Amino acid sequence: MAVTDSLSRAATVLATVLLLSFGSVAASHIEDQAEQFFRSGHTNNWAVLVCTSRFWFNYRHVANTLSVYRSVKRLGIPDSHIVLMLADDMACNPRNPKPATVFSHKNMELNVYGDDVEVDYRSYEVTVENFLRVLTGRIPPSTPRSKRLLSDDRSNILIYMTGHGGNGFLKFQDSEEITNIELADAFEQMWQKRRYNELLFIIDTCQGASMYERFYSPNIMALASSQVGEDSLSHQPDPAIGVHLMDRYTFYVLEFLEEINPASQTNMNDLFQVCPKSLCVSTPGHRTDLFQRDPKNVLITDFFGSVRKVEITTETIKLQQDSEIMESSFKCFFELSFSKQVILTIGLPSYFCYKEDQMDEKLMEPLKYAEQLPVAQIIHQKPKLKDWHPPGGFILGLWALIIMVFFKTYGIKHMKFIF
Amino acid sequence: MGLLSDPVRRRALARLVLRLNAPLCVLSYVAGIAWFLALVFPPLTQRTYMSENAMGSTMVEEQFAGGDRARAFARDFAAHRKKSGALPVAWLERTMRSVGLEVYTQSFSRKLPFPDETHERYMVSGTNVYGILRAPRAASTESLVLTVPCGSDSTNSQAVGLLLALAAHFRGQIYWAKDIVFLVTEHDLLGTEAWLEAYHDVNVTGMQSSPLQGRAGAIQAAVALELSSDVVTSLDVAVEGLNGQLPNLDLLNLFQTFCQKGGLLCTLQGKLQPEDWTSLDGPLQGLQTLLLMVLRQASGRPHGSHGLFLRYRVEALTLRGINSFRQYKYDLVAVGKALEGMFRKLNHLLERLHQSFFLYLLPGLSRFVSIGLYMPAVGFLLLVLGLKALELWMQLHEAGMGLEEPGGAPGPSVPLPPSQAMGLALYVLPVLGQHVATQHFPVAEAEAVVLTLLAIYAAGLALPHNTHRVVSTQAPDRGWMALKLVALIYLALQLGCIALTNFSLGFLLATTMVPTAALAKPHGPRTLYAALLVLTSPAATLLGSLFLWRELQEAPLSLAEGWQLFLAALAQGVLEHHTYGALLFPLLSLGLYPCWLLFWNVLFWK
Repeated sequence: MAVTDSLSRAATVLATVLLLSFGSVAASHIEDQAEQFFRSGHTNNWAVLVCTSRFWFNYRHVANTLSVYRSVKRLGIPDSHIVLMLADDMACNPRNPKPATVFSHKNMELNVYGDDVEVDYRSYEVTVENFLRVLTGRIPPSTPRSKRLLSDDRSNILIYMTGHGGNGFLKFQDSEEITNIELADAFEQMWQKRRYNELLFIIDTCQGASMYERFYSPNIMALASSQVGEDSLSHQPDPAIGVHLMDRYTFYVLEFLEEINPASQTNMNDLFQVCPKSLCVSTPGHRTDLFQRDPKNVLITDFFGSVRKVEITTETIKLQQDSEIMESSFKCFFELSFSKQVILTIGLPSYFCYKEDQMDEKLMEPLKYAEQLPVAQIIHQKPKLKDWHPPGGFILGLWALIIMVFFKTYGIKHMKFIF
Repeated sequence: MGLLSDPVRRRALARLVLRLNAPLCVLSYVAGIAWFLALVFPPLTQRTYMSENAMGSTMVEEQFAGGDRARAFARDFAAHRKKSGALPVAWLERTMRSVGLEVYTQSFSRKLPFPDETHERYMVSGTNVYGILRAPRAASTESLVLTVPCGSDSTNSQAVGLLLALAAHFRGQIYWAKDIVFLVTEHDLLGTEAWLEAYHDVNVTGMQSSPLQGRAGAIQAAVALELSSDVVTSLDVAVEGLNGQLPNLDLLNLFQTFCQKGGLLCTLQGKLQPEDWTSLDGPLQGLQTLLLMVLRQASGRPHGSHGLFLRYRVEALTLRGINSFRQYKYDLVAVGKALEGMFRKLNHLLERLHQSFFLYLLPGLSRFVSIGLYMPAVGFLLLVLGLKALELWMQLHEAGMGLEEPGGAPGPSVPLPPSQAMGLALYVLPVLGQHVATQHFPVAEAEAVVLTLLAIYAAGLALPHNTHRVVSTQAPDRGWMALKLVALIYLALQLGCIALTNFSLGFLLATTMVPTAALAKPHGPRTLYAALLVLTSPAATLLGSLFLWRELQEAPLSLAEGWQLFLAALAQGVLEHHTYGALLFPLLSLGLYPCWLLFWNVLFWK
């Protein structure tokens, strides 16, 4: 019942995990609970939300992205963990009859542009190059933190894209496009650089399914608004603003997300049911074969929410009265929870609540995550196509047959021509 | 030789062309005409569709409700106009300023080359008034124009009223991304020309005008409005501009979608739109509309003040309110709403209109024929000239085998300079010599010009009697054949070039000139050929077109009326060349008339 370790991982400086040995108190039902609790295996959440189209008549794409931004923010991902890319500024477009606003619903109740939107990449900064650099982390050193995707191998990343696409590509701005192969390679780089634990990819564009069909990296779940050969359609026409306010698929996804709260137990299978063909006109698609877990065990909040694991227990936990630790952590916002070991998560990424001097002595204790395979093992789990090879005996017999036939036909006297 | 081709096979081909020349020519001509007539049937005529993404749907809210205001403005304008006898500039300035526009005026003057009897004007001076509505949140780099031409014969006071009421309404909206120019021009098209030249800071027609004090960026689109009644039964749209230029098809599509949205009755060439294109009736009705469009486009006149905008590659069309005896009528609000919708959609534009067709024919408002489909028609007609030229070339070649090269013979090029000189005289003399003519004959200037035109034209026919003496008489057959060969190639070249820029004119001229050009030769029934040749000369084509035009409009002409109209059209043609830069007159006088004279020479070769 003491703080045993305080560890800072080299890859992440955002959260510190303090492991507390608490073996004796752990009852079996608490263990079950804890297993449930830690089944996703991630410690932080990121979101990359991209609108790739500019021009006034693409108002709906900006509204899509801003609405998703609102939703993930409501579910707990802070601005520092969201990379928002908007290719055009609809709020300030002179054609906008309601200046400084972006609406996504014709009831005009919610201005999704609002006052607390942090757009990280805007207008001409939204390029294929920048997008790929954000994903793979190959960014110039001068780039501010807000423009970086500082994820690690414990990060669950939500990537949402919307724009105009075709079979195998998505158009960026009006001049370039990203292909599904480039995107798949970027995700593989991310995987090899250990930049994600699990990745949820959602795309709302025409022929969206073509964008995920080339993915080959593990732990990716993908959803698209339409199949290859189908158009994705718009929704919410508004004569006052003079354009469509949203796309169908995103509209119904958001309607679904409205019912979600941080404690929701809704799983991914429910998300796959969103927007059937009768509502969407197009056929939404999904891909789960790269994903390690069963989608029904994956909570929506694993991607749309932030890791804020809070378990209220009746037991009192006594933390070690280490003055230094208390001093450093009392400012920090922290959550307690029970497991085989009690994990104390210091949740504010902007604070650095670890103690350098304690690190070296306590580092020996291996870090444990519930139900998490080692990274190396996951890499080897990649479906590896094994070539069929005929058994050795068969080949030997075949050669013997060939030689026999040879001698039968030509006799031994021809041997000298061979040797 | 035959280094790259087989001489035997080539000779066989040559024989085939020689032997089957007449049937091939007839077949090609018939195919050309049949192709043209087939253009109105559905596989060739396609349904129009909006190509421009930014104007995708009619999904805008039209809030215009200033019908009363428009009528009040129109009444005031008409009263002031009556009082002053000219455009009430001061009143217009005051009113435009009161609705919140930035107002400027521009004065212009122009002395026409000779008095215009149709519009009764000679020394013209007037004032254009225009107000600019600045886009509140955008730089003034782009603009739209709503223009109303006011002339002596068209008062257009309701159009001015609607323009002012729309300006007042537009001023209250904050979503404009382009400046909107509200332009009222005096002396209809002359004023528009003066304003456009000053706006683009060019002077192409010798117009004297004061420079513009206010500008509003590159004009993206313009709509001209002509309304002379408080209610309309239908809106007619005119697209044909100067020298047969057409606005981008998307602009017409935009108008058509708002017509449908507002339930307005819209017409093209004054014809109702056929509903059913699958049966025979629809396409036949479409053919009438198509022929009317071809005639109008071939004339090269700006049919409405939009036509002058097209020269500056500003997409523009004219809307004419028609008030006929039909029971159901629309008030100014309905027209205003359609205009508001169009302007709001044009405001959404991000680039110039360029996605859709620039070259097309319209058998109806919702149907079009693209350039790829109508060009073969004129191609087949020009093939006749090619085949005939090939035949002549081969005959000359064969004749040349046996004959000694005459060497230094004047040959076929002799009639060329006199013909071209006649053309030049036709182009220059009528306007230049009008004063001399009025001194010696009891005619007015305009009459003098037209009569001089006809006189020179007829004098051209006397040419062969003067030239045949110059031409050497050795190898008589070779002479006319070579001349005809040159003439055929010359005609084919000209018609080909014209068809590329103005299909209608090219096709019309090819239909009439090609058969007689192919037939012309100094043997056989000469009088018949001569009559045919005269009937298919450019001037006769013009006369025939006038009759056809009125026939299609269901207002047939009597012979005397037709002649009067013909004289007026000649005068207008010359005037429009000088005032707006229409190219039909120089084209006919400098290009086709001399070419036609060559065939006349062939016919009377001795």
